[in-house]
Amino acid sequence: MVFDEQLLSSHGVTAEEYARIVDALGREPSLAELGIFSVMWSEHCSYKSSRVHLKTLPTTGRRVLQGPGENAGAVDVGDGLAAVFKIESHNHPSFIEPYQGAATGVGGIIRDIFTMGARPIALLNSLRFGSLREPVVRRTFTGVVAGIAGYGNSIGIPTVGGEIGFDESYAGNPLVNVFCLGIARGDEIIRAAATGVGNPVYYVGAKTGRDGIHGATMASAEFDETSSEKRPAVQVGDPFMEKLLLEACLEAMRTDALVGIQDMGAAGLTSSTCEMGWRGRAGIEIDVALVPQRETGMTPYEIMLSESQERMLLVVKKGREREIEQIFEKWDLHAVQIGEVTDDARLRVKADGVVVADIPNEALTDGAPVYRRPMQAPAYLDGVRHLAFEALSAGAPGEVFRALLASPGVASRRWVYRQYDHMVRTNTVVVPGMGAGVVRIKGTVRALALSVDCNARFVYLDPFAGAQLAVAEASRNVACAGGEPVGATNCLNFGNPERPEIMWQFAQAVAGIGAACRALDLPITGGNVSLYNETDGQAVLPTPVLGVVGVVEDAAKVVRRAFQAEGDAVLLLGTSRAELGGSEYLKTVHGLVRGVPPVLDLAAEAALQRLLVAAAAQGLVRSAHDCAEGGVAVTLAECCFDTGLGADVDLPPAELPAAGFEVVGTLFGESASRVLVSTAPSSREALLDAARAAGVPAAVIGRVGGSRIRLAVAGVVVIDEALDDAQRLWDGALERELEPASATP
Amino acid sequence: MKVAVIVFPGSNCEHDAEFVVREVLGQEAELVWHKDTSLHGADVVLLPGGFAHGDYLRTGAIARFSPVMREVERFARAGAPVIGICNGFQVLLEAGLLPGAMLRNRSLKYQCEQVHVKVEATDTPFTLACSPGQVIRIPIAHGEGNYYAEPDVVDDLERKRQVVFRYCAADGSVSDASNPNGSVHNIAGICSEGRNVVGLMPHPERACELALGSADGLVLFESVLRAVAESSRVAR
Repeated sequence: MVFDEQLLSSHGVTAEEYARIVDALGREPSLAELGIFSVMWSEHCSYKSSRVHLKTLPTTGRRVLQGPGENAGAVDVGDGLAAVFKIESHNHPSFIEPYQGAATGVGGIIRDIFTMGARPIALLNSLRFGSLREPVVRRTFTGVVAGIAGYGNSIGIPTVGGEIGFDESYAGNPLVNVFCLGIARGDEIIRAAATGVGNPVYYVGAKTGRDGIHGATMASAEFDETSSEKRPAVQVGDPFMEKLLLEACLEAMRTDALVGIQDMGAAGLTSSTCEMGWRGRAGIEIDVALVPQRETGMTPYEIMLSESQERMLLVVKKGREREIEQIFEKWDLHAVQIGEVTDDARLRVKADGVVVADIPNEALTDGAPVYRRPMQAPAYLDGVRHLAFEALSAGAPGEVFRALLASPGVASRRWVYRQYDHMVRTNTVVVPGMGAGVVRIKGTVRALALSVDCNARFVYLDPFAGAQLAVAEASRNVACAGGEPVGATNCLNFGNPERPEIMWQFAQAVAGIGAACRALDLPITGGNVSLYNETDGQAVLPTPVLGVVGVVEDAAKVVRRAFQAEGDAVLLLGTSRAELGGSEYLKTVHGLVRGVPPVLDLAAEAALQRLLVAAAAQGLVRSAHDCAEGGVAVTLAECCFDTGLGADVDLPPAELPAAGFEVVGTLFGESASRVLVSTAPSSREALLDAARAAGVPAAVIGRVGGSRIRLAVAGVVVIDEALDDAQRLWDGALERELEPASATP
Repeated sequence: MKVAVIVFPGSNCEHDAEFVVREVLGQEAELVWHKDTSLHGADVVLLPGGFAHGDYLRTGAIARFSPVMREVERFARAGAPVIGICNGFQVLLEAGLLPGAMLRNRSLKYQCEQVHVKVEATDTPFTLACSPGQVIRIPIAHGEGNYYAEPDVVDDLERKRQVVFRYCAADGSVSDASNPNGSVHNIAGICSEGRNVVGLMPHPERACELALGSADGLVLFESVLRAVAESSRVAR
């Protein structure tokens, strides 16, 4: 072997993998080739631990135009239009350098969308942090939010929704998952394939520097106390450059001179060349000396592995070069030919004419290692599933209610989304912080409802059930707005897959997602896996985030979560079971993540979602809001806050989990498949009839009105708060945590 | 009416403005690239929001040197209607077509939210359809919208009634509590001495349809439509 063990291990290549490399090449690799293999075979690029499981997910459906395998998935949303969307993680870079890590995460997912020929129109994000009591977490939190804002605002794509969760396990390993959606004509989606021998290969966008070298490898390893030294592996974003690239690429795509295009994301020039070649069953030959460089003395190894941002690889029809060059020149961008398409299905890299790498594309893509890693149920499960109520005191309902409203997990996200431009492009029908984000599709009467969700506590307590609940919640949120869920994307954030317990969590969660998606007829059209989310051996809560896209047939009939009119009836749809396992109540009041997650009946969930979509289309509901963290009590309060209308409700007692917990279980239990809706008195009976016909339990529990939030259980008033006071607690909670000095009391 | 919407590299509200003029108002709009040296016979020039040239230097500081700005200046000096929204306002300040400068918001953060704005002058082409003191609800979305000018300049602006829009509460009262970014005298927008050049930080083009939460911004576009119709009648 020409390389010592230390060099291999610094590349994350095992001895067995090295033997496979030699086998694939029929000789020892050069250093550049070793680097190329190491990034393409990294977990981040190859999905080597996850692939066998991901293959079990449902990925087809009547609306699916593009499933997994391209830069993003696509579904038909009517009028010949496609919604192109995907979610992706940028967890590891965001811990090391919060602002740039988050910013380049936004930049990366936007490129994935416009690469498909779609104009990006909406961003969402799903974020996880440790406790805001820790200064380092506050720094990470504010940095990540500022980074998302800095990039999204500048490029002019609205951030229309998202979710944020907190748990100590994320303290050294925050999660930053970014979702982007774009609109394209269904018949004009562009694929990232290189075809046509002799067609020129172009490099456009920012120059290549030494930033981000081995970013993909970094994202495929755990963190330890030396991780902050990896800062040079984090890229620096330039949203202005990306804005120019976006406009220039969309303009170039309107010509028919473009054959294929791919962004240089993780593994940069390496992945874009070999993957485009592989998809087109062709080869690509480039000369790195032709690559625009912003630093001197860069080696072929560095150029191939750089993850400098805002770069794209284009294959252009031979003879049409000038047309494409002129478009990029208009936008002050350089389009430089660096190579051409060949017929040998290999990636050949030259440096000033001398071959430095020559590798079959297949070895780098489909031929990458696939592992069936050992799995074992974690030992922690036996302990945490048991909930010893006898050792706890339930707490006074009013106090619990106030504590929950002010807890970071529940409190208003206004401090965050106020920093995001959520209105640019003038499509935003429902702004962030109100459940699903809704954007209209200009030129049609339709709108899209978008939601990203995951309750990681549920997944921790039962990965299979928890992942199902994540699918159900994201889909339910979309249905609440009146959107028919038509497609999903997932971002699977887990610990080190080489540990059998983590691999078991992962496999269980993927199986849960598959089962739920099949039951809800919801295809997964793509996504991302982020493993090794651990610091010093401590894994994050398993967090499979689901992003769901729903079509609202008539944008004028979008349903919001806020109560709309005094005197409207409040109804609770679904079955309450006083389930407290994994609840916000247990976490906030008792500091516990224990018990079993709520029961999920997928058939009941599907019936509920169908009812919501139909009721919205018929105008039977005036508001709809999913019951999630904090149960019915917190859900009711959130329905009151947006319009300042109070409510008075009386809940039947749910089955008691333990003596003394009946009331808190009824108020704060998080049973799945429940939605709080309001309806005009004149529509009440029609809604009850529709629920009965759909087989969805529905109960009138009270009415909208007044300036108080009043909740009774079995006729006894247990919470009676002035709406203003409750809202003040909820509104200012995040700000009080983040800016203790400047916050108003 | 034909509106020239100037597109700088980094503009990002040009399509929103174009949409309002074309689809909501049913008028003509043309995107004019910043390197262009003609306004293509437009009746109105609109400088849209965004981050021209990335705003990596001072906001609007590079955009003022774009070739098209010479035409915009000529157009403005001839008394024709010019409006700069958000980043477009910042460009007008840098180009010297309006006085003053922008500081970072006093929160030191980007802020995107609905605000109330009081119309203080109805004798500009962009406010002539407003009633005096009318309160409109339109969004802001900026990190550097904290308007500042030297005290004598502000006095001058007030004396000559060049303050066109002022941040206020829903009831029209003006106080520090209704000032979202720290602007001097709650100034949200001003006009030139000739009154034909108007700049404002809030985004009227984002509030032209009830489906998006407010249609209060439409009155600015209706105003200029009327202004253009009247001036062409006079010309005839």
